[in-house]
Amino acid sequence: MHNKTLAQISQDLQAGEYSSVEVTQHFLDRIKNLDGQYNSFITVTDEQALTQAKAADELRAAGNANEWTGVPMAHKDIFCTEGVRTSCGSKMLDKFIAPYDSTVADNFNQVGAVSLGKTNMDEFAMGSSSESSFYGAVKNPWNAEHVPGGSSGGSAAAVAARLAPGITATDTGGSIRQPASFCGVTGIKPTYGRVSRFGMISYASSLDQGGPIARTAEDAAMMLNVMAGFDKKDSTSIERDVPDYRANLNNSVKGMTIGLPKEYFSADLDPVMAQTIQDAIKEYEKMGATLKEISLPNTNLCVPAYYVIAPSECSANLSRMDGVRFGHRCEDPKDVEDLYKRSRSEGFGDEVQRRIMLGSYALSAGFYDAYYKKAQQVRRLIKNDFVAAFNDVDVIMSPVAPSPAFKFGEKSKDPVSMYLEDIYTLATNLAGLPGMSVPAGMINDLPVGLQLIGNYFDESRLLNCAHQFQTATDWHTKTPTGLK
Amino acid sequence: MEWEVVIGLEIHAQLATKSKIFSGSSTEYGADANTQANIYDLGLPGVLPVFNEEALRMAVKFGLAIDAEIGMKSVFDRKNYFYPDSPKGYQITQLHEPIVGMGHIDIDLGEGKTRRINVTRAHLEEDAGKSVHDGFDGQSGIDLNRCGTPLIEIVSEPELRNAKEASAYFRKMQSIVMYLGICDGNLSQGSMRCDCNVSLRPKGQEELGTRTEIKNVNSFKNVERAIEVEIERQMDILEDGGSITQETRLFDADKNETRSMRSKEVANDYRYFPDPDLLPVIIDEEYVEAVRATLPELPEQKKARFETEHGLSAYNAGVLSASREMADYFEAAAEIAGDYKITANWVMGDVSAALNKNEISISDIPVSSKQLGAILKNVKSNAISNDGAKEVFNAIWQGKGSDVDQLIDQLGLKQVSDTSAIEAVVAQVLADNPKLVEGYLNTPEDKRAKAIGPFIGATRKAAKGVNPQVVMEVLKQKLSELG
Repeated sequence: MHNKTLAQISQDLQAGEYSSVEVTQHFLDRIKNLDGQYNSFITVTDEQALTQAKAADELRAAGNANEWTGVPMAHKDIFCTEGVRTSCGSKMLDKFIAPYDSTVADNFNQVGAVSLGKTNMDEFAMGSSSESSFYGAVKNPWNAEHVPGGSSGGSAAAVAARLAPGITATDTGGSIRQPASFCGVTGIKPTYGRVSRFGMISYASSLDQGGPIARTAEDAAMMLNVMAGFDKKDSTSIERDVPDYRANLNNSVKGMTIGLPKEYFSADLDPVMAQTIQDAIKEYEKMGATLKEISLPNTNLCVPAYYVIAPSECSANLSRMDGVRFGHRCEDPKDVEDLYKRSRSEGFGDEVQRRIMLGSYALSAGFYDAYYKKAQQVRRLIKNDFVAAFNDVDVIMSPVAPSPAFKFGEKSKDPVSMYLEDIYTLATNLAGLPGMSVPAGMINDLPVGLQLIGNYFDESRLLNCAHQFQTATDWHTKTPTGLK
Repeated sequence: MEWEVVIGLEIHAQLATKSKIFSGSSTEYGADANTQANIYDLGLPGVLPVFNEEALRMAVKFGLAIDAEIGMKSVFDRKNYFYPDSPKGYQITQLHEPIVGMGHIDIDLGEGKTRRINVTRAHLEEDAGKSVHDGFDGQSGIDLNRCGTPLIEIVSEPELRNAKEASAYFRKMQSIVMYLGICDGNLSQGSMRCDCNVSLRPKGQEELGTRTEIKNVNSFKNVERAIEVEIERQMDILEDGGSITQETRLFDADKNETRSMRSKEVANDYRYFPDPDLLPVIIDEEYVEAVRATLPELPEQKKARFETEHGLSAYNAGVLSASREMADYFEAAAEIAGDYKITANWVMGDVSAALNKNEISISDIPVSSKQLGAILKNVKSNAISNDGAKEVFNAIWQGKGSDVDQLIDQLGLKQVSDTSAIEAVVAQVLADNPKLVEGYLNTPEDKRAKAIGPFIGATRKAAKGVNPQVVMEVLKQKLSELG
């Protein structure tokens, strides 16, 4: 049952092959029995899931079901879920029970989906390895000595390990695509503004975007149908019709022009990775797409611009975690100053503190123009690169990350090497474009993803391209070795 | 040395929107602590601000009223600082691109004199909550009801030169925001608060001296007092050869002194940056014109109209137009009375005196403008005397009746103005008082005006309700006929 995709489970439920309670129980049992190895969940909401499943079955019996009724899924623990701990992977919010639902969680509730629980992640989504969680590191189901990627490592690992067929995630600099690549699953980061950020705990507001991680492009499309849409509770969400993302999956890619940024395929790229990606792109050529070399001349500025903007925004976003109204509070504070200092020093991990300090520095008087303002100017240049490129091509393809999943501890001691992990993914966040990771090969028995970057609001095309690739290849069906 | 005083004011005015600037919570004053704070006001993880467009409309209205440049694109910034009553750890405000740019107002300096003061800018921001330090056993309580109430912060140019000008400026701002209906102007509830920046420089020097900022002064009188004592304090230091420390000070009204609150050197670096949760606010000419169409007549315009249309003196026009409610009351009453001068004298005299004595505002006056108009209409037509009018006014005030005509009848205030009737009475009075008449006739011409008094008294005693003016004329006539 757990090897079925979301779409198959949806069909089976509609056909009455099994009940929502049965499939929900099945996944809950798997989480219980297997997640000790992966640590992909922070909170499992057994009781609530079964209650939702039972209600879904009743709805179906009454003839009021839709394709989502009773379909199990889960949420990254960054989305607020009413009555359920929403920790963001941090000690700071270990005891925070959200009193409200994020729009994304609410959307899934509205369609009758069943939430199995909340998945593990880098603390406050800051990281590329899911090692910085207060709840311990997440293990890559393909090889437990390797990281699952981050920050949505829990979501990607849980989908890869068949603990849930689809899980929500977020992407600020690659946090959906890179773990999807590392775990051999499919993930899409939509256009900025496409999915409401209301109730999604902010890391860097101008870059954060929610999206799905699932096994197939079709499943991702099914999830995005629920997640996408204008929300008046989020001023940065965009009022624009949401297409049916499943409608164009079967379109041919024939005649499509694929842009290959020369800066992404430079001599710095590992030759094995380059070969793997080129092989994947050849599949598109076979299907009738044409390739075109393009240039994104400001690519080298992405990492520095990102590591000014994201920490700056986070330094303010995380100020509300002050130990006054919710969250971790130190013992016996002497005064309010002491309360702030100790609560925050105890509640935040090293990486979070590092980024808060980086951001505070970049915004401080006398440095603002040199850092934050300059980074915003660079951001415009990066955006212009893409706007120019999309005059000539329909979709851009590249690696997701420089390498397959690395080992634990390999980069966590060296922040800069960790930051460079996002070198191919940051640009889409800075430009606000949609990006996707599709399983496209294996290196040393570890999966590798192909990145697809689309024009604004061109999610349908990305999903179409990904689906066509998955029709022609079977990388997305590969199962981690040893997985039952 | 001769010093020049330089004062600039920053006035915070709470906008009279129903809900907060970035959340749907009510802005009503005086509710139980934290009952008007929702998840956004609490700054919970994941919540996002949604801008209340009513606040925008009010700010634009203000900008138009002070003839200011309107920011067609304005941007919200985060001002970062930690304080328990600031739940997000930053305040959303507008730093570089405010909604209102350079404008100006004319302040009244008494005796019809005015002075133009430039207003640097006015921007939108959110109010903080309140920390409550009493009654929590060494700890502090936090009330977030006020948190997120929309404010406009109005910043003047440093052009005010003394405490009187400063309070006149504050008064005028209060008058304007109340005219516009964008702020209730209530100083005691903190709907309007004032920070005073004060510095001194040698007369003739261009460069500004070091300033201090006196925070949160909450009445016109205290603005004057605080600035006066601060000027004195600074002058003493400077005269002794010392220098002023740039700092924030508090005014202690009981001790009549300002004292240091915190020094700017150790103050926060606010690390302003544009709030990425909010889009820039873009408006167009059409929007501005639509708001302009809703502008009421403003104090200046009203004052001018009172002078030209109603023939009031500059002083009277100024006093009567200072508050919209007073002006409306005056105009409504005068229209019914049919005489603007009589009404102006009444509103500025008896009405104002009664309001002051009873410590109530014009909006709570028990005598409506209609009633006052009806009373004064009777004065104008000589149906009652001015004293009679006072009696009716007081009777209504005290709740003894509400119908003016009825009260005039009940109180027997109708005066007789019929000359032939009065002539008969006067003839009788003269006949009954031969000694008085003789005394009068023996009084030299230039002192007769005074000597006529006893006849008036006697006439009015003989016939209650006679019009004293008519009595006077008839008496003069009759007495002159006698010699």
